[in-house]
Amino acid sequence: MNRYTVVALVVNRPGVLAHISSLFNRRAFNIESIAAGLTEDPGVTRITMVVSGEKRDLDQVMRQLDKLIDVIKVVDLTERSTVDRELVLVKVNAGPEARAEIMQVAEVFRARIVDLSEDSLIVEMTGDEEKVEALIGLLSKFGVIEMSRTGKISMFRGRSAVKTETC
Amino acid sequence: MRLNGASILLKSLEALGVEVAFGYPGGQVLPLYDALIDSGIRHVLVRHEQAAAHAADGYARASGRTGVCIATSGPGATNLVTGLATAFMDSVPVVAVTGQVSVGLLGRDSFQEADISGITIPITKHNYIVKNVADLARTICEAFHIASTGRKGPVLVDIPRDVQQAETEFVWPQPVNLPGYRPRTEPDPDQVEVAASAILEARKPLICAGGGVISSGASAELAMLAERIQSPVTTTLMGMGAMPADSPLFLGMPGMHGTVAANRAIMECDLLVAVGMRFDDRVTGRVDGFAPDAKIVHIDIDRAEMGKNVRVDYPVVGDAGACLRALLERIAGPATADVMRARAEWLDYLRSIRQRRSTRGSPSANGHHPRPAQVLRLLSEMAGDDAIIATDVGQHQMWVAQHYPFRSPRTLLTSGGLGTMGYGLPAAIGAQIARPEAMVVLVSGDGSFLMNSQELATVKANGLPVKMLVFNNGCLGMVRQWQELFFRKRYSQSLLTGSPDLVKLAEAYGIEGMRVSRASRVGPTLEAALGRPGPVLVDIVLDTEENVFPMVPPAASLEQIIEGPGSVN
Repeated sequence: MNRYTVVALVVNRPGVLAHISSLFNRRAFNIESIAAGLTEDPGVTRITMVVSGEKRDLDQVMRQLDKLIDVIKVVDLTERSTVDRELVLVKVNAGPEARAEIMQVAEVFRARIVDLSEDSLIVEMTGDEEKVEALIGLLSKFGVIEMSRTGKISMFRGRSAVKTETC
Repeated sequence: MRLNGASILLKSLEALGVEVAFGYPGGQVLPLYDALIDSGIRHVLVRHEQAAAHAADGYARASGRTGVCIATSGPGATNLVTGLATAFMDSVPVVAVTGQVSVGLLGRDSFQEADISGITIPITKHNYIVKNVADLARTICEAFHIASTGRKGPVLVDIPRDVQQAETEFVWPQPVNLPGYRPRTEPDPDQVEVAASAILEARKPLICAGGGVISSGASAELAMLAERIQSPVTTTLMGMGAMPADSPLFLGMPGMHGTVAANRAIMECDLLVAVGMRFDDRVTGRVDGFAPDAKIVHIDIDRAEMGKNVRVDYPVVGDAGACLRALLERIAGPATADVMRARAEWLDYLRSIRQRRSTRGSPSANGHHPRPAQVLRLLSEMAGDDAIIATDVGQHQMWVAQHYPFRSPRTLLTSGGLGTMGYGLPAAIGAQIARPEAMVVLVSGDGSFLMNSQELATVKANGLPVKMLVFNNGCLGMVRQWQELFFRKRYSQSLLTGSPDLVKLAEAYGIEGMRVSRASRVGPTLEAALGRPGPVLVDIVLDTEENVFPMVPPAASLEQIIEGPGSVN
């Protein structure tokens, strides 16, 4: 079982996400994360997906996605030179005795404390998956109350870019 | 010209060359049906929306043009679902127009509201909901473009009632702006090159043609390639008619109810050239034992089909006709004498198997009942080469595929992928309207026929001379056959009691009915029925225990073919 990072550029139209999620459901693809947002072109939305499976599954995911009318382009970013980022918010138990240690962890990870109450705090961090997992691992001993991750977004290093041919 | 949405829709359809639409009115399409009175579009009123979708599909398959169906919101739209799924599975170009509650009422569980665009996402090639009348003409234009190009398929356009009533300037033609839709028709020359080399070297080649050859209009190119390389040809259910059944190269259908020769050819060939087919499990049997000695060339317009179900060694992506022409250019002459000799031996071997094959049936069949093979042989002799045969789903469908000698494309209309009982009668209606001069014959079963028998009213109202042959064995024959063979003859819910007298049923609709229950009477009865100028229903009473053979048991390899009752090969 491998993990692949796939980026799709789609026409920014109502219903396009419904078509994509229906496809994943119908073809029984394993999607670990999905992140969608606007791009430099207001008519185009960029969707980053992490897909798990065999190479054959990846080919099917990409081809079936590409077949959707509103999908303009599908690119496999796996094993390419990329910048990968994910944003995570973690709310942990933090009584007075634990705060100092949590803050020390946050500092080492260049994470920020963005909320504080008497017995909890929220840590915010961006980083690649490895870093996010490491942070979560260290914070788990304090007791994670709530966590939210955006899913990975990814971009080629250097000048090469995932763009539609028209722009 | 300032028009309301309903008129814009109809003007757009006219501009696209649409002549006929199949539909059923209702509350949220009243503006559309009002505008229809003043339009040049012929509307065929069916008696159930499912039939509108199937009729549009039958119209499309028989003519090659895009079929159109119309339904109201909610239940009208959901009744189209089976028809759209049928067209989707068989890649048939259909545009469905549905009414919808007004934009302001969307999402409020309004009366007769159903999220039909959401419901049909997985069973359409694409769909739209038009919330602004300014987008309507362009959307219709795009819908037809998408339905009828690339791998064809159904497209649904949902139009809220207030959008049908809103007015705007009608502008035509409309630009199609689909940056994510550029189907590849011409093949990549490198892919053609590699595939051509493999074909040149093959000593035991087999061509397997599917519905894509018919959709692309590539029958002539298919025959030319087969002739040139002297390769046997098998056609899937969807490919029937792509190769004339009387061709010396033709082996019949492969798969679960395929011929022994076609299945043997798959198991022993060294190169399988698959054209416009998608390796359905009914064709392949158990996938890991499929074509074990062969390299596979796969020609298809849909890149996602490459490697989806079976491993593919030489993919060629493009329109079937364009790909075959490109291959023919590369394969200008015959292969080496040695290779041609090997191919001649291979063909002789397969032909001898094909000739040995008899029309086996159940030995328990009573002597006097009509036999399916006999009925279909007589029908083919009387109906003529250009007759269009529509079927339903079940035993009769497989008998048609096995015994009816299709000679030209677009002459078999059948639900291959979805296997929709109830498809046949409305599809025959659509075909007869597309081809008024053609002989259109429905071959159905007593189970399937009752699933849309209300369409006898559409046949009558439109004066359609459709001939309806119902193979009546008093049961759901294919279900009964599986129960006999794989469920220890425990016939759970497969025997149909309480069925109506089909002759009287036809007569109730003002249609002539006939019945034949003796083999000796089949010829005269068919002759009389086919000779009538109007519609006729013929109730053909078969032995209940008639089975379809050969048969490959479910999930078995094609090697494990059962040739007839009691004989396991």
